[in-house]
Amino acid sequence: MSGEDLGFLFALLLNGTSIGFMYSLIALGFVLVYKATDAINFAQGEFVMMAGLIAAAILGIEGMPLIAAIIATLAIMIAFGFGFERIVLRPLLGRPVVAVIMATIGLAAVLRGLTPVIFGGETRALSLPIGDEPINIGPASLSPIQLVGIVVTVLFFAGFSWFFKKSRKGVAMRAVADNQQVAQAMGINVERYFALAWAMAGIVSAVGGIVWGSMLGVDVHLALVGLKVFPVVILGGLDSIGGALLGGLIIGIVESLVAGYVDPYVGGGTKDFVPYVLMIVVLMIKPYGIFGKRRIERV
Amino acid sequence: MFHRESGVFKTTYAADMALYPLPIAKRTVAFLALLFVVILPLSLQEYHLSILNLMFIAIVGALGLNILVGYTGQISLGHGAFMSVGAYTAANLAVRLGLPFWLTLPAGGLMAAAVGVLVGIPSLRIKGLYLAIATLAGQLIIEWTINHVPAISGGASASIQVERPSLFGYSLTTQTQLYFFLLFFAVLAIVATLNLMRSRIGRAFVAVRDQDIAAEIIGIDIFRYKLIAFAISSFYAGVCGVLYTYYFGIANYEQFQLIVSIDYLAMIIIGGLGSVLGTIFGAVFVTILPILLRIVLENVGSLFFSDSELANVISGTRLAVFGGLIILFLIVEPEGLNRLWRNIRSYFRVWPFSY
Repeated sequence: MSGEDLGFLFALLLNGTSIGFMYSLIALGFVLVYKATDAINFAQGEFVMMAGLIAAAILGIEGMPLIAAIIATLAIMIAFGFGFERIVLRPLLGRPVVAVIMATIGLAAVLRGLTPVIFGGETRALSLPIGDEPINIGPASLSPIQLVGIVVTVLFFAGFSWFFKKSRKGVAMRAVADNQQVAQAMGINVERYFALAWAMAGIVSAVGGIVWGSMLGVDVHLALVGLKVFPVVILGGLDSIGGALLGGLIIGIVESLVAGYVDPYVGGGTKDFVPYVLMIVVLMIKPYGIFGKRRIERV
Repeated sequence: MFHRESGVFKTTYAADMALYPLPIAKRTVAFLALLFVVILPLSLQEYHLSILNLMFIAIVGALGLNILVGYTGQISLGHGAFMSVGAYTAANLAVRLGLPFWLTLPAGGLMAAAVGVLVGIPSLRIKGLYLAIATLAGQLIIEWTINHVPAISGGASASIQVERPSLFGYSLTTQTQLYFFLLFFAVLAIVATLNLMRSRIGRAFVAVRDQDIAAEIIGIDIFRYKLIAFAISSFYAGVCGVLYTYYFGIANYEQFQLIVSIDYLAMIIIGGLGSVLGTIFGAVFVTILPILLRIVLENVGSLFFSDSELANVISGTRLAVFGGLIILFLIVEPEGLNRLWRNIRSYFRVWPFSY
């Protein structure tokens, strides 16, 4: 392999890694909900889209400082997560998983339908004041927003790992995830932790929406990132935070590599295809993912 | 259906499982046949018949999905893709080999069934939300493949023009002719589903849905029956796709995207999971809703939105109303319109003497 080829490979790997971190961040919101409440959130992509649109709309107001916009977006998304859990999911407690899946699919349809009505159909720019001078790393380069994305993701993962291992609330949440009845018997208010999990998904989506939005611009298509979350979490294991990180990195890098090496031969678009093939293979070989907890069923 | 019973007097299992629960049910069916075969086509205009035609197609697809989701308890987010498999199979056969519809229709269905089984194979090891994700992947992979392989999709725009079906040398082109064509398949699908659910296979499906491990213990090969459910369900979906193709005269992958899978799930949830009558209610409701919504928004919407925005607003509102209805029915009436209908019926069963 010549030096140029190596440089190309390095650039693909670097780009894949940075995209992978972003996938991990969005997958984190997904895993948090599943871990605590056993519910799967098909509207994760729509959460991210909504957060991006809200942030863009608030930043569009004349003279609004960035930090205020971020805080407002966070507050709205937390309230939204709480509200969804309280109004829609709580009445569905104890019903088959299909009901919860369908409820989140319904929510996804509502959000996707309403956002163009409320915010208009055009793509909005969401610019963070961090400049766009690319930073050179060896033969490749990263834009500052990609770097911000990586830093934010690492901080979030560190924060949530600490939260689940050390804090009182985090331990309680793990207990709820493990066995709801026993947790309730030990005096844990299970419903409050369900709400907390959805609020945390709201936080992660808000941050994901702001970072993704400033990378790609904000419109309805931002929700498509939600579909990329599934290969990530299946690969890593639906209930594993470390799995979300690893799965995101693997999917990001694989995508970037096939886009670089296979696309020229088949005419493009493989990166929207290969992750799902990979996911089907994982489902057949190791359905609970790399770190996922295996469930034993009894009659 | 519209008759009133005064109580339950069945003494044998055969009577309980009969297609006609009471002798009078035959008269109801005869009345419905008269209504749909003679009265409606004579009295309705072309436009209204075209709405009925869309309902018939939707009924076929929704029945298939209900066999899988409502009766067998599996979930599929890939039915839009199964329809596209049927549609493109039939379109390719019709255009390249010039085959008539009575060959392309089963061929489309069988091809969709084969693909459906392939997508259903992961159900051996996974279920519930994992299966939902696997079928979602199936949908996206099939969509991508059709869009990117010119041999299937017929070139750049990924759509194939198809001649309208012809019967005994007559081409079916007007809405009235297509009405009878589609009515036949809708009735066929309804009767087939009713009979399937009375059979050994149908009862095995219900056993798998209610408690799959227990079903396995009493001797039902659950993997086999899950695959049969996927095959039958996607056969219906494939036929539904072929009917769409013949009805619109074109096979286009944009008609079969993920959103279509969700539309059909909405039909069976709103109508009632695990019920043929409910499926029909759901298909009718979901077909009529966007038409009503469009009429309302075109009249009222111009007060709030400009003309250029209105198209966006209509499609957005339609999606949002669907989503909202799915959530509403899940929370308030999980058994759907079918349950509401049964409640009305049981109220009138003893009316006017309630006690």
